Amino acid sequence: MIRIAVGQGSCGIAAGAGKVYSALKELLTDVKEVSLGVTGCIGMCFLEPIVDIYEGEKLHRLVRVTASDAEKIAEAVKTGDFSLVSTLEIEKEDAAFLEKQTRIALRNCGIIDPTDINSYIEKGGYSAIKSVLEGKTPEDVIEIIKTSGLAGRGGAGFPTWFKWNAARNSGGEKKYLICNADEGDPGAFMDRAVIESDPHTLLEGMLIGAYAIGADEAVIYVRAEYPLAIVRLEEAIRQATEKGYAGENILGSGFTCNFRIKAGAGAFVCGEETALIESLEGERGMPRLKPPFPAQAGYWLKPSNINNVETFANVAWIINNGGEAFAAMGTEDSKGTKVFALTGKIKRGGLVEIPMGKTLRDVIFDIGGGIKNDAEFKAVQMGGPSGGCIPAEILDTVIDYKKLGATGAIMGSGGMVVMDTSTCMVGMAKFFLDFTAKESCGKCVHCRIGTKRMQEILTRIVGGEGREGDIELLEELCLAIKDGALCGLGQTAPNPVLTTIRYFRHEYEAHINEKKCPAHECTELLTFEIDPEKCRGCTLCAKKCPVSAITGETKKAHVIDGEKCIKCGQCKTLCKFGAIKVN
Amino acid sequence: MCCNHKKSDLALLEDVLDKYASVEGSLITILQKAQEIYGYLPTDVLYHIAEKTGKTPARVMGVATFYTQFRFKPVGKYLILLCQGTACHVNGSERIADAIYEAIGIRDGETTEDGLFTLTHVACLGCCSLSPVMMINDDTYGSLTPSKVKEILTSLKEEA
Repeated sequence: MIRIAVGQGSCGIAAGAGKVYSALKELLTDVKEVSLGVTGCIGMCFLEPIVDIYEGEKLHRLVRVTASDAEKIAEAVKTGDFSLVSTLEIEKEDAAFLEKQTRIALRNCGIIDPTDINSYIEKGGYSAIKSVLEGKTPEDVIEIIKTSGLAGRGGAGFPTWFKWNAARNSGGEKKYLICNADEGDPGAFMDRAVIESDPHTLLEGMLIGAYAIGADEAVIYVRAEYPLAIVRLEEAIRQATEKGYAGENILGSGFTCNFRIKAGAGAFVCGEETALIESLEGERGMPRLKPPFPAQAGYWLKPSNINNVETFANVAWIINNGGEAFAAMGTEDSKGTKVFALTGKIKRGGLVEIPMGKTLRDVIFDIGGGIKNDAEFKAVQMGGPSGGCIPAEILDTVIDYKKLGATGAIMGSGGMVVMDTSTCMVGMAKFFLDFTAKESCGKCVHCRIGTKRMQEILTRIVGGEGREGDIELLEELCLAIKDGALCGLGQTAPNPVLTTIRYFRHEYEAHINEKKCPAHECTELLTFEIDPEKCRGCTLCAKKCPVSAITGETKKAHVIDGEKCIKCGQCKTLCKFGAIKVN
Repeated sequence: MCCNHKKSDLALLEDVLDKYASVEGSLITILQKAQEIYGYLPTDVLYHIAEKTGKTPARVMGVATFYTQFRFKPVGKYLILLCQGTACHVNGSERIADAIYEAIGIRDGETTEDGLFTLTHVACLGCCSLSPVMMINDDTYGSLTPSKVKEILTSLKEEA
């Protein structure tokens, strides 16, 4: 029996996995002894679409497959002659991307069929909730999670057991367990991958959490931008209820937990737990004042516990393997593993799960293979709009909540966007402030007005109109917003600015004092010139210039009229002789 | 909210309202379903929802305008969602926005005169490894270059 699995997470499908699947299906429908199935995202996004062929225990992993390869693959499967597809097989170096990881939250991703509960059960799924219901009290469960040292993976890193315990100890009959799947950090997609690839892991973690705090209702708040995740979750809930793992009287234990999905409607601030609750109640997603905390008065003012997808994805593993096993990984302050979404100018981008305590360099250079096109590393952005940019000098920083916090960045939800020297760091700060200013809900003055003012100053600087004293003004504003903002969004919004000033102050100074962008990214500050030594007078640039700013005779050096030039850079892209100089 | 005089077929929304109007906390769900039906949220539909849920029109409008998912104008046949995530930014999403403008002449939030395309900038679509990325209706297009974008748009135009 040969089993074929085509990786079909959102990015796999975007890369063309759907077409590969249909092509294979057509060729293999009548072939017995071959089963063709779906799997989620294995996290090697740089190799998508991926087709895994299991010949008994032996795995042939084919990468960057296109629909036109389908015939070759079908032939190989039918004849057993896999030399036919040897050119598609994954290379050793790329395979190491996975081998160097330790997967707990992602343990089943890209391996099981997310649309079939049996595939999860075969891998030991739902054994944790079974063992909990058969012989553990809620207090036992909380104790195991406490031993494990599991902390919130959504960004804040708050101890999970503490939240569960607080919700457990809150009075009242009705309690809610909520999963925050409003993964809004640009550059993070691990939660989507878990839901699309292994939805039952999330459900099982939530069941255990609901049992621990005493909730009979569980709500999953998923962002609207993740339609496939919602479809897979709906199906998973249906199958789990049918098999008796969800709903009323689970496995005959008397424990009840009903699941519900709520689709978000697009607001970054709803990742903040009290704003998320407002949104669940059908209102504008604006944060509430704390206290009272959600554990005391949350959803419909009942005790509620909110955790992130990745946090829940660790729970079943911890119950099965013991809190000690999880705590054995990591550093003194940060236990277990963390998933990172490695993207940007990186050779091997995708999902990386590693034990805490590794260094940023391990992730970017050892696992990620370094910078695309062998360019020079400049910085890595961690934690999205709440995080910061970490420069090359401190790449040996250990991955740990405290150590990362000390750099000015944060662990965050695990987005890691790698940048080379072509990215302007002032531009980067502006990019994030554009984002937070737009996403600020407007409730508190510091965030609403503060982010707007910072955005204006940064826009001025990248536009070549920076003034002396702008850096100091930005720093002052940053500190005031950090102190004064009501919720996490505002309190952390200055981080991208503070870290870029801290590590790349010279770039700010170059923009303000010399009106120059060292990364050659801020178009307002660039001038384009033609090097007469190199120009062959081919006239290509003159023909293509959208504003006819380039003139010259054939076979003679051309000239750019700086007054007319709109700095679109087309001439530079077009020139075959490297004659266009940018200053 | 007073300037849009178009009459929408409110009967289309009846099933949704029967199911959700009296369920506390369902306003966003109702708005999402309404948008699925009408393609956007027409003014008379918003008034109707307010009436049926017992909320003031201002309250309904307040919720609807808070979330980026909701639209108040009809959209084109092809809705282009251009990702503005960090990875896309680093890999040149701005050049993609320019290419779209050059190809069909619209910027963020605009619709082409022939009603064929609407462009909306969105926060991260979560396909960062394929950046820069855009979605057109339900299809995702990754590793975009300006020329690739123009090809895609031209072929869609020809199809239409």
